Amino acid sequence: MSLQTEAVGLPSRFDIIRIEGFPLLPVLILGGIAFVAIFANVLAPYDPEIGSLAARFRPPAWQVGGSGEHLLGTDHLGRDVLSRLIFGARVSMVVGFTAVIVAGVIGTGLGIVSGFLGGWVDQVIMRITDTWLALPALTFAIFLTAIVGPSEMNIVIILGAVYWTRYARVIRGEVLSLKEREFVKLAIVAGCSKRTIMARHILPNVLNSAIVLGTLMLGVVIVTEAALSFLGVGVPPPKPAWGLMLADGKKGMMVGYWWLTVLPGVCIMLMVLSANLIGDWLRVKLDPQLRQL
Amino acid sequence: MVVLEAAGLSKHFRARRGFFGGDRGNVRAVDGISFAIESGRTLGVVGESGCGKTTTAKLVLGLEEPTGGSIRFEGQDLHALDAAARRHYRKSVQAVFQDPYASLNPRMRISAIIAEPLTTNERLTAGEVRGHVLRLLDLVGLPNRSADLFPHEFSGGQRQRIAIARALALSPKLVVLDEPVSALDVSIRAQILNLLRDLQAELGLSYLFIAHDLAAVAHMSHAIAVMYLGKIVESGEAQTLARAPKHPYTQALFSAALPSHPEDRREEIVLSGEVPSPLRPPPGCHFHPRCPHAMARCGKQAPALDDVDGRLVACHLYGASTAAAAA
Repeated sequence: MSLQTEAVGLPSRFDIIRIEGFPLLPVLILGGIAFVAIFANVLAPYDPEIGSLAARFRPPAWQVGGSGEHLLGTDHLGRDVLSRLIFGARVSMVVGFTAVIVAGVIGTGLGIVSGFLGGWVDQVIMRITDTWLALPALTFAIFLTAIVGPSEMNIVIILGAVYWTRYARVIRGEVLSLKEREFVKLAIVAGCSKRTIMARHILPNVLNSAIVLGTLMLGVVIVTEAALSFLGVGVPPPKPAWGLMLADGKKGMMVGYWWLTVLPGVCIMLMVLSANLIGDWLRVKLDPQLRQL
Repeated sequence: MVVLEAAGLSKHFRARRGFFGGDRGNVRAVDGISFAIESGRTLGVVGESGCGKTTTAKLVLGLEEPTGGSIRFEGQDLHALDAAARRHYRKSVQAVFQDPYASLNPRMRISAIIAEPLTTNERLTAGEVRGHVLRLLDLVGLPNRSADLFPHEFSGGQRQRIAIARALALSPKLVVLDEPVSALDVSIRAQILNLLRDLQAELGLSYLFIAHDLAAVAHMSHAIAVMYLGKIVESGEAQTLARAPKHPYTQALFSAALPSHPEDRREEIVLSGEVPSPLRPPPGCHFHPRCPHAMARCGKQAPALDDVDGRLVACHLYGASTAAAAA
């Protein structure tokens, strides 16, 4: 009897976070951030870019000296931290998702062409990929921003340009095995052109891998965006990006203005962690071949 | 009438050994074989794995370019075809492959899979295509509602029926069947083979039937060619060849197949050793190291394919080849 109750048993500690493997908490967090980002205008109590110098360095509401007016305090220009975090979510979401999509489209496209056509096309694309991968991503991104100048749009393009190589590698590998499959041979026998085969037979079959890779890349891209903003070559101020908030707040750390750094830091951490956990789950769920990645 | 004729067809793959590419050998996957497939008839090709059966199929399908010899389709050399004639050839020769799980794109609906050859080669309205698809499904004995399902919803035998329907979409003259039943359950094999035979009778198709299963080949074929290490060692009418094989290799193959009656007694020939590497085939007759009747000259001289009792045999046991070898 005790055996049976144990089999159905009490949920282990992990089951609270992942019911039957589904990463509930990460999905809720990422979903929550997305919701906040979409409805930032409605949710934020103040304009994130305008503050009053009279209300500088107000602590969060629950601390001595805090007030209900600014729930999470204010920064060195008297701007409401909560409002800035809410609008910062929008920046992270927009930059993160679009950069992942840009990288995914470039990388998947090149990976398919490279793997399917083979020969010198493959050689050229793969050698470029090798060279690209040899460059340290963050340094490379800083270098590129230094050339084109920082703006949200440029950051998206730069992150896409830096991170497409990972897609290209993985997708090319998939295509190499896919193109030996019999349905591809039969498509050739049926007289399909190479373009048709790539679009109709190869692309739909690598889409799973591309999506899984995209979820895993989301975390990397968001951290890179935050790092670029922190270093001052990312989203230009006064736009409220989390990385930028960290950079602005770091001087206040030692004098006790902890909320200026800890809060955006926690936001970045939660978002990246959630994205990675969802990615891990999707990877196992959709594509057992990618498990070793 | 001869639909497809191969003369001296060869496919050699270059093998690279060593880091600097030194000491290259040639793998003679297909080495100067000739055969003809007549309209409405089946040519069976048998042999162990690695003997060049599948490479032959790929050559006929145009998936590989031959390194020597020629293929003539309805009297015209494939190599000399212009674009329009090439397209006509593509439409006339279709294929069914071994693995029904790999030969259907898992992301396409059955209707799209079957219709692909049609939509690629002809301008048809959606309604016409749908009509064709339903007629083809009917032809291979699948219900109409199959059209809107995905491949994973079917069993191996059903998938192979879908693959056959697709191969028939363009009303081809020749269908290359590369081990069409090897991956299927024994209980399903006979169904698929009978379906293929019925379709041949109904549509006047020619088949190039490739298999390692002798019983299936003998059941299906009008003519049989036996391959060993890239060469045809014996070929002729299916009945004559199955009843009285001449080449020691053919004899061994047929003796290894199960008799049709459990109490049948017959001589069992057991071959020793493995198929030699095609990279370094033995000199003379490729079969001589494993042959129970090997003679001294077998290791020196390759026997020519000669007429023996109404079929072609490449073996020194049947003296006729002496003259050819001396020449």
